[in-house]
Amino acid sequence: MIFSFDLLINAVVSGILIGGFYAAVTSGVSLSFGILDIVNIAHPAFIILGSYVAYIVNATLGIDPILTAIVTAPAFYVLGAGIYQIYYVSFEKRGQESLRGLAFFFGLLFITEVSLVLYFGVDYRYVEAPYIGPTWHLGVVGMPLRMLVPCVVSLLLIACLQLVLTRTFIGRAIMAVAQDQLALRLMAIDPIRIKRIAFGISIATASLAGAFLIIIQPVEPSVGREYIGRVFAICVLGGMGSLPGAVIAAMLIGIVESLTSTFYGPSWAPAVSFGFLLLTLAVRPAGLLGR
Amino acid sequence: MRTPLFLVICLAVAALVFAGAVAVGNDYVFFAGYVILQYVVLSTAWNILGGYCGYVNFGSAAFFALGAYSTVAIYKLIGANDLPHIVPMPVLMLVGGVVSGIVGFGMGYLTLRLRGAFFAIATLALAVVLQTLIVNWDFVGGSRGAYILRPEEVPLIGSYIKYLFLVMLLLAVASLVIARLIERSRLGYGFATIRDDELAAEASGVPTLKLKLIATTISGALMGMAGAPFPYYIGYLQPSSTFGLDYAVNSIAMPLIGGTTSWVGPLIGTILLGSLQQIATVTISSAVNLLLVGVILVAFVIVAPNGIIGIVHTYWQRKPDDFVGRRRVETDAPGSVP
Repeated sequence: MIFSFDLLINAVVSGILIGGFYAAVTSGVSLSFGILDIVNIAHPAFIILGSYVAYIVNATLGIDPILTAIVTAPAFYVLGAGIYQIYYVSFEKRGQESLRGLAFFFGLLFITEVSLVLYFGVDYRYVEAPYIGPTWHLGVVGMPLRMLVPCVVSLLLIACLQLVLTRTFIGRAIMAVAQDQLALRLMAIDPIRIKRIAFGISIATASLAGAFLIIIQPVEPSVGREYIGRVFAICVLGGMGSLPGAVIAAMLIGIVESLTSTFYGPSWAPAVSFGFLLLTLAVRPAGLLGR
Repeated sequence: MRTPLFLVICLAVAALVFAGAVAVGNDYVFFAGYVILQYVVLSTAWNILGGYCGYVNFGSAAFFALGAYSTVAIYKLIGANDLPHIVPMPVLMLVGGVVSGIVGFGMGYLTLRLRGAFFAIATLALAVVLQTLIVNWDFVGGSRGAYILRPEEVPLIGSYIKYLFLVMLLLAVASLVIARLIERSRLGYGFATIRDDELAAEASGVPTLKLKLIATTISGALMGMAGAPFPYYIGYLQPSSTFGLDYAVNSIAMPLIGGTTSWVGPLIGTILLGSLQQIATVTISSAVNLLLVGVILVAFVIVAPNGIIGIVHTYWQRKPDDFVGRRRVETDAPGSVP
């Protein structure tokens, strides 16, 4: 019994750690899908792009992946702003975002993934950093640093995002754009500009999430697909557009996945988050902390 | 045109296609043609839900794979290597269609009360849940995959691939006729109201949920039927390739490139994109052909949102009276965001 209790504690702890990482992955989708109503299913592809940027810089210059991600985040922001501009002109302005907008992001997902495959091949890539390898032990609980560091940085990132959203002018405008565009116009704010900024930030978080991903596990281009459903599951479960809700939901799904793979085998783990998603959609579409 | 006449014309074209393929005298034509025909069925099926109702299904691969795996399950159950002699292929297709249709109905029931985007995400989720189930189901091969022995010959027709080609050709004709029938019936008008304004449709008494359930069921069933012969085509069925995203992206890209409002759109899109892919696979590589699909899809949804049909349409409408054409375009462009 003692042995299985240890196993349980360890599974829960690693679930929380991986949940922290899931929260970082989801924060971007919470912004774009939850607040802006843009169904960016290509988000995981941008995360993989972030992983590869971190990998290239790490392999050639030996710089820490998280540091790289912070430095390249502005470039991702510009990329995101550009994509939003195309999306706005081609779909939102014409009122065709539902069907063709989705297809647009689906196409982007494919282009990114296949381009990475063509350039880097399907080999698994990994990074080197001092915190990959050692594990902290607290009694029976083992905490691998490669999980702990992304989890802590990711929670910091989300705290910063939440502060920006609730305390700054731009942040409040982003929250407002989801609720009442006309009111925003009456305040002499351009809703399109606010949306562009918000989408840029959402893609910028993918840079960091990508670095976390490649710290946690080796990456190859199609890994991103596993995250599509997971990310949306967390986003919906947490309540659309709610960052605290996303963190809670991410931890929850992390723990359940980790328990499943510990006690039933890893091949069952992918179905967990999707089962959660289908269940949430059927039972409580507003999510845990939904508006 | 009346439906029986349309059916006759379709069958005549199908007979011509088959005769042409036989005339070439090379089995490769059948192998390549089978893939294109399979995509005709998949994209037409996708279009019934996606194009007519406006609900995007990312899980085409799941329905396709369900059909394929129901064939494998029957194969393992009977345990005979000459299954097609005991259970004919059309029966296998019917079983695959019924299984996928039921799953389509169930998924629709779970998710269609929600907005469109949620439905799209739920279909993605469904694909992964089903893949996980199949991977963990050892009876149909699990993650190792399953081998299916293809019979050498079929009486009257010749090589087995010829037979598969013929079966798929007939299914393609059937799905086109069904799509056209739906388009011109009360059902089709009901679907169009859902696509254009679901709330208004609901308010005017259109039974939207019922119609959407019909659409998911028909669409799912056709995809399952397209998948049922696949194990015999490929010989070795494996979950990760059967549930591959390329089925999903192709069955979305083809209708969108051709045009989603009519049965011709998916057909045109499939013939164009399908042939292009076959050529690219042979001459360049299969990774490049997926890249090609992605780029063409993005280019089309941005530049020609109504697909090839839309381009032809605007061209025809402009020609007789340029002034009217220009006026129409001007009024179409919305000036402001509400």
